Amino acid sequence: MIGNGSTLLLSRNFAVDNMASIDVAMKNGAYEQFKRALKMKPEEVTQVVKESGLRGHGGAGFSTGTKWGFVPKDKFPRYVTVNGDESEPGTCKDRLILERDPHLLIEGALICAYAVQAERIYIYIRGEYFYPTMVTARAVQEAYAKGFAGQNILNSGWSCGIHMHNGAGAYICGEETGLIESLEGKKGWPRLKPPFYPAAIGLWGQPTIVNNVETLAFVPRILEIGAEKFSSLGSPKNGGTALYSLSGHVNRPGVYELPMGTPLMDLIDKFGGGIPNGKKLKAVIPGGSSSHILTAEECENLPLDFESVAARGSMLGSAAVMVIDETVSIPKLMHWMVRFYAHESCGQCTPCREGTDWLLRLSKKFLDGTARRRDIDDMWELADNIDGKTICALGAAVAWPTKSYLVKFRHEFEAACRN
Amino acid sequence: MQIPETLKKKAEEFVFRYPEDKRQSALIPLLFEVQRELGWITPESEVWVAETLGVSAIKVREIITFYSMMRAEPSGKYLIQFCQNISCCLMGGVELQRHIEEKLGLHPGETSKDGLFTLKCVECLGGCSWGPMLLVNEDQYFQLTTEKVDRIINGLRAGEPVPADNPTPLLGNVAGEKVS
Repeated sequence: MIGNGSTLLLSRNFAVDNMASIDVAMKNGAYEQFKRALKMKPEEVTQVVKESGLRGHGGAGFSTGTKWGFVPKDKFPRYVTVNGDESEPGTCKDRLILERDPHLLIEGALICAYAVQAERIYIYIRGEYFYPTMVTARAVQEAYAKGFAGQNILNSGWSCGIHMHNGAGAYICGEETGLIESLEGKKGWPRLKPPFYPAAIGLWGQPTIVNNVETLAFVPRILEIGAEKFSSLGSPKNGGTALYSLSGHVNRPGVYELPMGTPLMDLIDKFGGGIPNGKKLKAVIPGGSSSHILTAEECENLPLDFESVAARGSMLGSAAVMVIDETVSIPKLMHWMVRFYAHESCGQCTPCREGTDWLLRLSKKFLDGTARRRDIDDMWELADNIDGKTICALGAAVAWPTKSYLVKFRHEFEAACRN
Repeated sequence: MQIPETLKKKAEEFVFRYPEDKRQSALIPLLFEVQRELGWITPESEVWVAETLGVSAIKVREIITFYSMMRAEPSGKYLIQFCQNISCCLMGGVELQRHIEEKLGLHPGETSKDGLFTLKCVECLGGCSWGPMLLVNEDQYFQLTTEKVDRIINGLRAGEPVPADNPTPLLGNVAGEKVS
């Protein structure tokens, strides 16, 4: 089973046969909330989302309703872009929504588009997601055929198109301004913000809401159960549930839908079935590869919500929990992590472009047995010189975990040194 | 080289997705379609894409060199993309990569002499809970073991591909378990 049975919002229809087809989806309530939303005023819809406490599930955790409210009143046309570029290592939840309940996402995107009065929705899915893309594209066609997209939708006087768009293998395009650049047919080089956020100046210079797949899929459920009920499901300031991607050393890895604030050790032991082969827990990466690593001790009594994880010096990010048992060498883990960011740095900012490559070279020395003690300090200094000195957060995404590995597991790096 | 009519039709369809004066937005989708149709982005097709969308040749080049899935040279009939990121590595991906290399007789980036396989190691395919994973062209395979990898490769060699893991299972190593 997924979740604890009582709070399934997103995943409750995942196992329904043929849920991706619109007839089955509608039998299970799809597009009912969209129809209701069309009878509300757009700003009322935004207000409900604001009150629900829904926060972005793509990584940053920003208040979704607040973001929608940033759209300038007098600027048209406007766009909604669905961020389906899920590529943060450890994160694999959006894939399930796209494959198993794409109409939930489409409905959420339509409600968002209505709330901000957008005229087009672009569903941007990473290029490697061939199967999820195929299923979602078919669902979009069905939505058109039923009149949920296109001209004068359900005689509301409002028109909105939905288009699919694939990425082509660049992690950076998950960053919202990188995604916009990519959609415009350019390299995915992130834009400088502030001062201009996409909600005001986005796709082709027009107001654009960029929301993650999971975030938008929550929207119909919020209208269904009401903002108050939704926010009561999570912990304070963290409304509702989350799809936790659980991977690594657990008996039952998978994607689990649980209320925000579910204790980390419950996820690992109760749902994940504990660590295989009687091994001991060494560490957990709680929010995708860019989050600070937590030692086994730090994992105790930790509710998985944005504030609690931040208070422990890490971040919930996209709620991708990677479990690491005692057999794993941290220098090796660091090498895998750094290799990713060195490969994915877009090259726009020198500290990130050069720094990630140097980190990669140094991290490799600890595997080759050629590292010296000063390499530890050099890595720290490199990470420090990347952190906060780049246009987007990719720099921090490599600097933060690097620093946390070096601080919390320094003895392992020292032991791997020749002197 | 002639550009197939099907591709020209696709180009029209893609351009329609974006505002009239924003044809450049169709670049990635159209290049993707080119390599789907022709196997790779040939120099002639690159020029054709630039002309069709009314963008400069350098803009097309930028896209091809920036995005890792763009192929500016031919690859084998089956492009095997193996994930080498953290979750997959934790689940035995490092050893499995070695096994795949031996089984295919290829290093990452190489194509077999018979033109059947190209092996590529990639960073995170988003199958973390079901790792290790790989893609064969557009098909996804999860929860790999050496036996499963052998079955997949033998199947491709024999012209009888192993059915892909579509859709993604709900749980990781408890494959096939129904949600209750």
